[in-house]
Amino acid sequence: MYDCLIIGSGGAGLSAAIEAKARGAKVLLVSKTPPTWSQTCMAQGGMNAALKDADSVSDHVADTLKASGGLARESMVRKLCENAGETVKWLDSLGVPFNRTEDGEFAQRALGGASHKRACFSQDYTGLKVLHTLFDSAKGTHRRDDLFLLELLVEKGSCRGALFVHRDTLETEAIEAKTVLLATGGYTGVYKGYTTNSDFATGDGIAAAKRAGARLSHMEFVQFHPTALKSSKALISESARGEGGYLLNSDKERFVDELLPRDVVSRAIAEQLEAGREVFLDIRHLGEEFIHEFMPQEAKLAKFYEGVDPAKELIPITPAAHYSMGGIAVDDGFQSSIENLYAVGECSDSGVHGANRLGGNSLLEITAFGRMAAQSALQNAPSKAEEFSGEEEEQKRWQERIEALQKQQGRENFYALFRTLGELMFHKAGIFKEQTELEALQGELDRLETRAQKSAIGGTKALIEYLEFCNTLELAQSIARAALQREESVGAHFRKDRDG
Amino acid sequence: MVKVTVAKSTGTQSYEVPQDAAVTIQEALHYIKENLDPGLEFDSGCRSGVCGCCGVRVNEREKLACQSRLEEQVRIEPLRYHEVIKDLRVKRHEETLGECYLHEYSQEKITGEDAHKIELQSDCILCGSCYSACPVYEVNKSFLGPFALTRVLKYVEDRKEADKKSFIDGIQTNGVWDCTLCGECSAVCPQGISSKDDINVLRAKSVQAGYSDPNFQTMDFGFNPGF
Ligand SMILES: Cc1cc2nc3c(=O)[nH]c(=O)nc-3n(C[C@H](O)[C@H](O)[C@H](O)COP(=O)(O)OP(=O)(O)OC[C@H]3O[C@@H](n4cnc5c(N)ncnc54)[C@H](O)[C@@H]3O)c2cc1C
Ligand code: SF4
Ligand code: SF4
Repeated sequence: MYDCLIIGSGGAGLSAAIEAKARGAKVLLVSKTPPTWSQTCMAQGGMNAALKDADSVSDHVADTLKASGGLARESMVRKLCENAGETVKWLDSLGVPFNRTEDGEFAQRALGGASHKRACFSQDYTGLKVLHTLFDSAKGTHRRDDLFLLELLVEKGSCRGALFVHRDTLETEAIEAKTVLLATGGYTGVYKGYTTNSDFATGDGIAAAKRAGARLSHMEFVQFHPTALKSSKALISESARGEGGYLLNSDKERFVDELLPRDVVSRAIAEQLEAGREVFLDIRHLGEEFIHEFMPQEAKLAKFYEGVDPAKELIPITPAAHYSMGGIAVDDGFQSSIENLYAVGECSDSGVHGANRLGGNSLLEITAFGRMAAQSALQNAPSKAEEFSGEEEEQKRWQERIEALQKQQGRENFYALFRTLGELMFHKAGIFKEQTELEALQGELDRLETRAQKSAIGGTKALIEYLEFCNTLELAQSIARAALQREESVGAHFRKDRDG
Repeated sequence: MVKVTVAKSTGTQSYEVPQDAAVTIQEALHYIKENLDPGLEFDSGCRSGVCGCCGVRVNEREKLACQSRLEEQVRIEPLRYHEVIKDLRVKRHEETLGECYLHEYSQEKITGEDAHKIELQSDCILCGSCYSACPVYEVNKSFLGPFALTRVLKYVEDRKEADKKSFIDGIQTNGVWDCTLCGECSAVCPQGISSKDDINVLRAKSVQAGYSDPNFQTMDFGFNPGF
């Protein structure tokens, strides 16, 4: 029996696994993809830590609380910011090649909403380099990269393991452990086609936790990043504006202070787009050399997808769904409302983001809290695990469901339904929301669910993708419900009918 | 219509993809899966060339499906020398990374230059393209291979690593001397990494550490009449 079952091997899961292993625990790290495919690799801009003399932990706390619209939990924000310096040094000691200044200090750049240059970075490949370094450092951890989480095994209010399906054989497999830590990433994939996120960001862990009865919180708060490439929704990070990039409309006029928080800038851009104008990011004045040195990835993406050379031309952009602030509600020890079920990283609502996340705080969250969550889960784990008694029935139930799905027939195409879901969510539960639209959305989501059951599923991978789609549908309902309930505008949640 | 041919596990199959349905090879594959052949399997993740899951061969050249434009008449195959899970999905050769992690933290002061020095080597996304392009695998399946050796150089060149020797010791067999320096790996790398150059640097470092090219040794022995 494992001491700790960690589900998800992005930055959060890997940090937790490294910590658990260092504490001598018997750990199993399970995910639906190899660790290096995790969305953490996509983070570009950087990771916050108040390191400079002019900066301070309390400034970092204040900026985070301000961005959160007063909805963050101060105890957790403090814990996060206080640990930032140590976490950067930990990552540095594992081999993350952070950029340095001439005199060997960590180089830091400005991101929106920050009162100082506070984000440590590795060019615009910060997430990639953090993820791969953690992956290298987790060498020797017992891992499975081919299991898709179906359900959490909960008995008498306590989590005793999880049920998975093998991606390639479609066989179910139950794994029990003294304690379970979810690190399965966010739910922004609900906004299919309108998101900067990876195809894997379907919120599976959150949906499974919800089905098991765990409390979710702040699901209505989804952050829209102001600058995604118009056609592909690939991200141009905030550092482009932090370093002095401008936003221009079709009339070549600036229309907003580019360094305001993401939600404000996104709304300003959305208004321009709704008025029929186009919006561009202008970084030409930063110069070819600067762009080549500090944003090689973004320049490459702009060239590839939009056919523009950012050193010479304007980059067409649009806001896109980027980060999910809500998730599995956890206490200060990262425990969910279910005993022995812990959550960390983007799948959790640890209270540090509230209504809006400060750029650069999530790489910090996954690495700092990843380690702390493992500590907490191990410390509080029961010394002797109780067996889950319903394992056979649960396995049988799912095996039957999978067989039924394989036989499912109908004229619907669930991939097309998934795109419809993204479109509906972007337009009705996106940058602007209002009651009538949200209520209409709920009806549409119900209809999508019925239609989904009439789609044929073509193969093994398609079946996994169908299960992902079902998870996004389930979470879309949670988002719509939470968005209706929150009648005031705050942070990334803007109710047009109240403040329009 | 663009003709897209895919080497599936069950045999080669061709599809017609409308020109405006896809900009990239990956979008074309999605189109095929969603409209023509729901059983087609391929991996698709970040759509921005950093997760490394979509390496395939396009017209006999290794590419990231999400970063390659759909052109006339493409033939798509899984990466070579990889175990195929199904169709275009393959298992990456993680085992070649061996002991690639920071062994002993040196605590030395790092400069901007130091960080710069390993920038390119740490850009690797483990897509497996170089592995598929490397001719050595035709004859030696145990070769450590391009991305693994690039990663070794990342740690060897990192001032933070105090134990460089074990890295150098680990690349003498099936390592730096087995490479033919053909440069195929460098030609296909989507990140602009040249494993060939990295291997050359590692060879020089191996010589400094007292190792020598075993190929020369055997040659010397062959011509040594006294042996
Ligand atoms: C384009 C982009 C740029 C960003 N830039 C920044 C930045 O500059 N700074 C910053 O701080 N943050 C940034 N972020 C946000 C940040 O990258 C993420 O919030 C963070 O990486 C999430 O890490 P995680 O470990 O929680 O989850 P992920 O990295 O998403 O990992 C989730 C893991 O869970 C596994 N998993 C998921 N579902 C299942 C299942 N059903 N069964 C088994 N396993 C499962 C996956 O395989 C994966 O291993 C950015 C995000 C994006 C998309
Ligand atoms: S240069 Fe060496 S590693 Fe690269 S492809 Fe040729 S033989 Fe393989
Ligand atoms: S070195 Fe280049 S081609 Fe090889 S795995 Fe890394 S990114 Fe891919």
